[in-house]
Amino acid sequence: MDFMIAAIITIVGLTTPILLAGLGELVVEKSGVLNLGVEGLMLVGAISGFAVTVFTFNPWAGVVGAAVGGALASLIFAVLVLQLNSNQVATGLALTIFGTGLSSLIGVNFTGRIVAPFGSVFPDVLAKDPFWKLFFGYSPIVYFAILMVFVVGWFLKKTRAGLILRAVGENDLSAHSIGYSVIKVRYMAIAFGGAMAGIGGAYFSLVITPMWAEKMTAGRGWIALALVVFAGWRTGRLLAGAYFFGILMALELYAKAAGFSFLPSQFWAAMPYAMTVVALAIISSRGTAGASAPACLGKPFTPST
Amino acid sequence: MRYKLEKRREPSTTMLVVTPVASVIVTMLIGILAFDALGVDGWAAVRDIFLTPLLASHKWQDVAVKAAPLVIIALGLSLGNRAQVWNIGAEGQYIIGALCAAGVGLAFGQAGGFFVILLMIAAGVIGGALWALIPAVLRTRFSVNEVLSSLMLTYVSLQVLGYLVGGPWKDPNGRNFPATAPLPESQMLPSLEGSTMHLGIIVALILPFAFWLLMSRSTFGYQVRVVGSSPNAARHGGFDAKQTIWATMLIGGAMAGLAGSLELTGALHKIDLGFPSGYGFTAIIVAFLGRLNPFGCLLAGIVLAVTSVGGQLAKTTVHIPDSTAGIFQAMMLFLILASDILIRYRIAKRA
Repeated sequence: MDFMIAAIITIVGLTTPILLAGLGELVVEKSGVLNLGVEGLMLVGAISGFAVTVFTFNPWAGVVGAAVGGALASLIFAVLVLQLNSNQVATGLALTIFGTGLSSLIGVNFTGRIVAPFGSVFPDVLAKDPFWKLFFGYSPIVYFAILMVFVVGWFLKKTRAGLILRAVGENDLSAHSIGYSVIKVRYMAIAFGGAMAGIGGAYFSLVITPMWAEKMTAGRGWIALALVVFAGWRTGRLLAGAYFFGILMALELYAKAAGFSFLPSQFWAAMPYAMTVVALAIISSRGTAGASAPACLGKPFTPST
Repeated sequence: MRYKLEKRREPSTTMLVVTPVASVIVTMLIGILAFDALGVDGWAAVRDIFLTPLLASHKWQDVAVKAAPLVIIALGLSLGNRAQVWNIGAEGQYIIGALCAAGVGLAFGQAGGFFVILLMIAAGVIGGALWALIPAVLRTRFSVNEVLSSLMLTYVSLQVLGYLVGGPWKDPNGRNFPATAPLPESQMLPSLEGSTMHLGIIVALILPFAFWLLMSRSTFGYQVRVVGSSPNAARHGGFDAKQTIWATMLIGGAMAGLAGSLELTGALHKIDLGFPSGYGFTAIIVAFLGRLNPFGCLLAGIVLAVTSVGGQLAKTTVHIPDSTAGIFQAMMLFLILASDILIRYRIAKRA
């Protein structure tokens, strides 16, 4: 029982960053833009969140710092693809390379430092209870991530602004011709995606470790990208998919304890990445993913004026 | 006065050549200003990163050794990018190539010589190509985005490397350190007497000519360009898009595998956890900075190698972390992508 509770808590922790980054990227892609810079944005968020926490002794300020850092970095990408119509695939890759370098450069001064942890959200009676901590013992970012699943779902389906965002992603020329600013909508979507990836990154440096290490997101940004495809651009499936990947990632940590030591540890470490490929193959070959992808995804917006 | 963008009738070849050069220069200028603002001697930092490796002759061999894998990988990648095939897993193909070469070397024990080295390199080429075949099959058969699959496989390849060098291939005389035993001398690629310049550098100098011939003088090169620029025309012209994806992915993987096996046999002579040094990712920048042109890749490979060597240098001279070179490299890529628009548009005064 204790083992199960510990395992579930681990899985929730591993799931949170990809859930946050995935939700952000889902909104970006719904607006018709493919941002492959998620991994770089997460790293920028991880270091900016950490740096702000070191200076302010306040992890909440750190989370805000991570969101701002991620959003600012994503604006470089936004200017290039929206204003200069640069190739989105290449520009996203450049953003990841840039974010990796920038975070290492800033991080040099923060290696080995430690930061103030988050306090519990709930009273200790619940948060520290051997059983109830399963529900109440997490970092505030975890609850924020789950809340955001519903917020993003509600925004996209029920609000006028969400409808406009989807229209821009499905048919930018029509949205433009009825008077919506395609560029403005996409700017906001990209900045939101950057902020969410930034918070996802900060989860590594403020909650999981909590300290700064180079390239500490270890490819999770790419898993978040795969997650969006896997989810067929739907928030509910994104949540389910994130937990699926979270379980795979937890396997590496628990394989030994559970008596799977007949396979090398590297096998389990490779598992989430290999399974992502398999999952993409299954989802993509059924054709459901392709059918639900936003029609303008990855294409530059070129009104003929 | 207001300016606007005006579409050109023909893409500008001048801009095609001018923009990469301008990107490098502007990156240097931004670097000087940014470092000065951060309280570091900006000119000294930029000079050491961009110029010293070129001006100091004792740094040339370092530059050549670093440029060789970048050029070789970038040649393969640029072919794919021209066909709009986005293989970003070259790092994984490089690793698998090196591992295959090492495996053949181990199988021969202490035996070596021309044929063994040739077999090792062939194994690297085939290994890299087969590793790239996975995303190719997934793309054509299951329509899986090759960007994600090729990258995921890079993470898998890192674990394969970790397993092999820490387990079955670990050097028995290596104090339990996760690394393969150093290659016997007879399995090393010949180097220039008294230097680290190995035969792989010659390969990197010859290959751009081969790729230029392939791109501009063969039907296959034509097919790649047509499939990339106008998929509909390609279909009407009877060019098979799937076949193009397969071919460009295989060539991309083969080149990365070649680079990996040359790096093993020519430069590093053993594989440890530090063997993957990001050449596969940097080569993406090389391909774009070189405008996907074979000779452009050669020049851009040298530029990127200069910044890598210079980054190491600046670490000791002006005490900036070596990740700085990575930021400069990314900045060059941003600028080159931003300036793409000048090829198809011109800046004109608003009437």
